[in-house]
Amino acid sequence: MLATQSLQFTYAGGPTFLFPDVRCGKSDHLLVLGESGKGKTTLLHLMCGLLTASSGAVEIAGTKVSDLHGAALDRFRGKHVGIVFQSAHFVESLTVLDNLILPQYLSGSRIDRAYAREVLGRLNLSDKAGVRPGQLSVGEAQRVAIARAVMNRPALILADEPTSALDDRNAAEVIGLLEEQARSSGAALVIVTHDQRMKHHFQQHVTL
Amino acid sequence: MSAAEILTRVLIVAAAVALLVIVLRVIDRSARRVTRALPMSRLKLTASNMVSKPLNTLLSLVLLSFGTGIISLLLLLDNQMRDKFNRNIKDIDFVLAAKGSELQSILANVYHVDAPTGNISMTEAQRIVRSPMVKDAIPLSLGDNYEKWRIVGTNKKYPEHYGCAVLTGKLFSAPFEVTLGYKVARETGLKPGDSFTSVHGYDNAAGEEDHHHEHPFTVVGVFAASGTVIDNLILTPLESVWMVHDHGHDHAEEAGADSSHTHEGHDHEHEAEKEVTAYLLKKSNRGAFGMLARQVENTTMQLANVAIQNNRLLNNFGIGLDTLRVVAILIMVISFLSVFISLYNSLKERRYELALMRTMGSSRIGLFQLMLGEGVLLSLTGYVMGLLFSRTALATMSHYMDESFHYSFEGMGLIGREWWLLAVTLAVGVMASLLPAWRALRIDISKTLANE
Repeated sequence: MLATQSLQFTYAGGPTFLFPDVRCGKSDHLLVLGESGKGKTTLLHLMCGLLTASSGAVEIAGTKVSDLHGAALDRFRGKHVGIVFQSAHFVESLTVLDNLILPQYLSGSRIDRAYAREVLGRLNLSDKAGVRPGQLSVGEAQRVAIARAVMNRPALILADEPTSALDDRNAAEVIGLLEEQARSSGAALVIVTHDQRMKHHFQQHVTL
Repeated sequence: MSAAEILTRVLIVAAAVALLVIVLRVIDRSARRVTRALPMSRLKLTASNMVSKPLNTLLSLVLLSFGTGIISLLLLLDNQMRDKFNRNIKDIDFVLAAKGSELQSILANVYHVDAPTGNISMTEAQRIVRSPMVKDAIPLSLGDNYEKWRIVGTNKKYPEHYGCAVLTGKLFSAPFEVTLGYKVARETGLKPGDSFTSVHGYDNAAGEEDHHHEHPFTVVGVFAASGTVIDNLILTPLESVWMVHDHGHDHAEEAGADSSHTHEGHDHEHEAEKEVTAYLLKKSNRGAFGMLARQVENTTMQLANVAIQNNRLLNNFGIGLDTLRVVAILIMVISFLSVFISLYNSLKERRYELALMRTMGSSRIGLFQLMLGEGVLLSLTGYVMGLLFSRTALATMSHYMDESFHYSFEGMGLIGREWWLLAVTLAVGVMASLLPAWRALRIDISKTLANE
């Protein structure tokens, strides 16, 4: 589902990162471990085309992401990649439910409110549908962020340090939910983290 | 001012503020409900964002609606005044009346809002009127009113000049027959067959309501509405006015509204000398004014040029309008700044949000359009509010003017120059949001998302 090939990235006037090749098949779960400063976020951004690699290639679901540009790239990312960030952010002026519909709207997919409600239900958040994101607790917010990542039934879910802001109990819950949601929407899951707590959860890891 | 009065005023202001706050809250709530109910769309994203920053939005909208409102009101007033004036002037070139203020003689005899400058001898006036320079002349004889509606002695040329048709009944022909203007009939409830007695004076301004004339007038007809001054007049043959006044007042010195009517020494010798208040003249060729003015020079009469006096009137009024126009433009400039600052600040807060939208499929252009849309929606809302504001103001003014001068404005539709105002307002919105929109387009999403 995801394959990177000799990815290399140089920050203007900064360090050059050379990344090991990463492969993740359909419904596989992969952990990318690395200390801070090893370029974890850079790798994640390269994978979904938020950054363009100096050299090398990225392929998602048979499409060469590194060949896409502009609006086409934005649209592809919106449709096929769900991203969960370190701390959850939302469009604050919209309700939780509208925030879930947003990726469908922005990527030009069909608006499916029923699916949004179903996912909220799976995450025990049904009562939060009409609430503003600002009123959610940190744990709830991260769960809603996971729900948002699966709204377009993506081929790939990328998570950037999804647990670093959470305590043990919440971290375990979030990891469990990520895996569960990835499984139920048939997506490949790649988690990038320095959080050693997660190592024993996953069979496959890559270390930077 | 007593303590009680001060207290009352403070209470009134407090009540007004409280009412305003309640109204704003209601608007805020319903705006929230509406934006929530909208299906997901660019409009929803824009509107939600506006509603989520109510104070910023309120400031921008208040400024925009004031700017556009004042400008639109000025345009409406200008339009209505010109229209009204032109309809009432309608090819009348000069007014021949007693010596006095020329402007006053126009106001009194063309617009029927001021007291006349006095009366003139008909024989003397005839010498001017019969000049080959004069194409047509309409005599007017003022002096009485009924419930503040002016009774004008004239002939059938006067309503004909304004193209006034008789709606019901017939045109006056014999003395003491009157045909009512449309609005007079509507307001007084008089109809053909009714009769009334007149009161001396032009509009009761001098408090002469006690001086009634004996001889009743009989209503024989009502004119159709024409949007001209005829709507507000009661027309009767010249003879009626002469006969009413020949009862014994010396009207030769009746300049305006003098209230010292001595009933002693009724002098019936005056019957011989017929008087009118004014003649409305149409010229027969270009140089007429100079020639006629020379003929009038050594008489007790004067010749007022309608076009010149009318320009004076519009220009005097124009000073106020010019000042207002400058104020309105200043408000527009300030509202431009307000929209700009509010969008720019909100952009700083929303950088992460916008970057996030890019990860969900939105393109650079999409974000650009979103920010631009906000400026457009703000200015459009401000424009609509401004139009409502100007129409409300005009209706209020019209109501007031109607009561005091029998002058009203009509027509609340969008006038041509307001489409220009719409274009200008939209341009203000677009220009104010251009830089924020450009910044949104240039956001480095990777950096923005990584720095959190």
